[in-house]
Amino acid sequence: MTDKISLAQVHKSFASKQVLRGLTLNIEKGQSMVVIGGSGSGKSVVLKSILGLLTPDSGSIVIDGQETVGLAREKRSAIDAQIGMLFQNGALFDSLPVWKNVAFRGIQNEGMSEDEARQIGKQALLRVGLGEELLDLFPGALSGGMHKRVGLARAIASSPEIIFFDEPTTGLDPIMTDVINHLIEDCVQDLGATTLTITHDMTSVRAIADKTALLYKGEIIWHGDQAALDASRDPFLHQFIHGLAHGPIEVEGQQLEAALAELET
Amino acid sequence: MFIGHTLAALTRPPFYFRMIGQQMLRIGYFSLPVVALTSFFTGGALAIQIYYGGNQFNSEAIVSSIVALGITRELGPVLGGLMVAGRVSAAIAAEIGTMRVTEQIDALTTLSTNPYKYLVAPRVIAATLCMPLLALVADILGIFGGFVVGTQSFDFNAAIYVQRTFSFLQFDDVASGLIKAAVFGFIIAIMGCYNGYHSKGGAQGVGRATTNAVVSASILILAANYLMTALLFSA
Repeated sequence: MTDKISLAQVHKSFASKQVLRGLTLNIEKGQSMVVIGGSGSGKSVVLKSILGLLTPDSGSIVIDGQETVGLAREKRSAIDAQIGMLFQNGALFDSLPVWKNVAFRGIQNEGMSEDEARQIGKQALLRVGLGEELLDLFPGALSGGMHKRVGLARAIASSPEIIFFDEPTTGLDPIMTDVINHLIEDCVQDLGATTLTITHDMTSVRAIADKTALLYKGEIIWHGDQAALDASRDPFLHQFIHGLAHGPIEVEGQQLEAALAELET
Repeated sequence: MFIGHTLAALTRPPFYFRMIGQQMLRIGYFSLPVVALTSFFTGGALAIQIYYGGNQFNSEAIVSSIVALGITRELGPVLGGLMVAGRVSAAIAAEIGTMRVTEQIDALTTLSTNPYKYLVAPRVIAATLCMPLLALVADILGIFGGFVVGTQSFDFNAAIYVQRTFSFLQFDDVASGLIKAAVFGFIIAIMGCYNGYHSKGGAQGVGRATTNAVVSASILILAANYLMTALLFSA
């Protein structure tokens, strides 16, 4: 099967902190890839590099056969048009009502009329189990779970071929976590999209992953499907999926995370 | 680099006309009360100062002319600019800064929308267009403030006060103030957008960006005013 997204030897540093160290990852068309890893392991940097929000120091990121590293924003518009993204905290636009948030791409880039945009918004909300009564609400009036679901509705509204999920269940209660996981699974199956999810929630991994990759110190140190995940005797993977404080993974997160947060923004 | 991206966004489509209209309402219309009150009271205070200053040389009659000149050339645009800098630069920095730290600007980019065109350009255009109009309002109300004080406190004849104001005032006096105001508008919006766009570190970072926006805009307004005054009036 052909690779929809392919990362090869990607390096990225912030000042003296080397975050990605020759990361290589291939995601096949229609595959649901989940990247797991602790705080500060470089998960967000991987995602932002693929999205073109960060530029790698070296290496290659190919999407649909096109090299994207060094590609100017205007020149990757065709790639951007087929990507949907669910941000960790939704990243809904506070100043716009829900329907304008959900149909934002159509309104801004395709000159969609108000009626069409509302219709798209309504359909996308239905897909994530929300009613049309939310269309005119502003993001500030939504609960955390609704926020996430509206974010998901926006991500899938244009039926993208590629969808990224950044910590989709972080901060949600177990029931809402399960709801979101099922919604992601359903949406991805309906759309036949290629997806990349970054998370440290093993419930999500088991619910949505075709293939899982473990990121540690800027490199993929293990990858495999669900059966391999359960059968693996890899000590790093074992420590991570069982949430053990002791093992080969060094708990170094806090300092690195703080440095990254400052440098990335 | 930020200015370069902004200038590119100002000159290349798409142009978000609805956003420009919204920003003109927020930056221009809603700043009217603060600019009007500031200039009215400043005009009044200026009239008092000139009256007592001129009194020492038996030159009280120059009040109307000096108020008109002082307000249109300097105080209208500069005080208006500083008041709008406090109100608008802070609001722009806080709004864009919050969008930055909550990943809304990243979301814009992933939704194929250029943040410079969608967020920065409309604010810069709106502020640059609105500031001259606000300065004109400041001119009128500042002169009116002087008129009220002159006629009510110092018993100037109203008709003579108005006649002296308009006979002394030249078109260039007003035009130079409006040109200055347009530059101040550009500075106010750019400083708000720049500091907001580069804010980091959550709520504290947004607060810092807001303070920096107001301080830098105010200082740049005063520096630009000096340079433009030297340029416009020494030539």
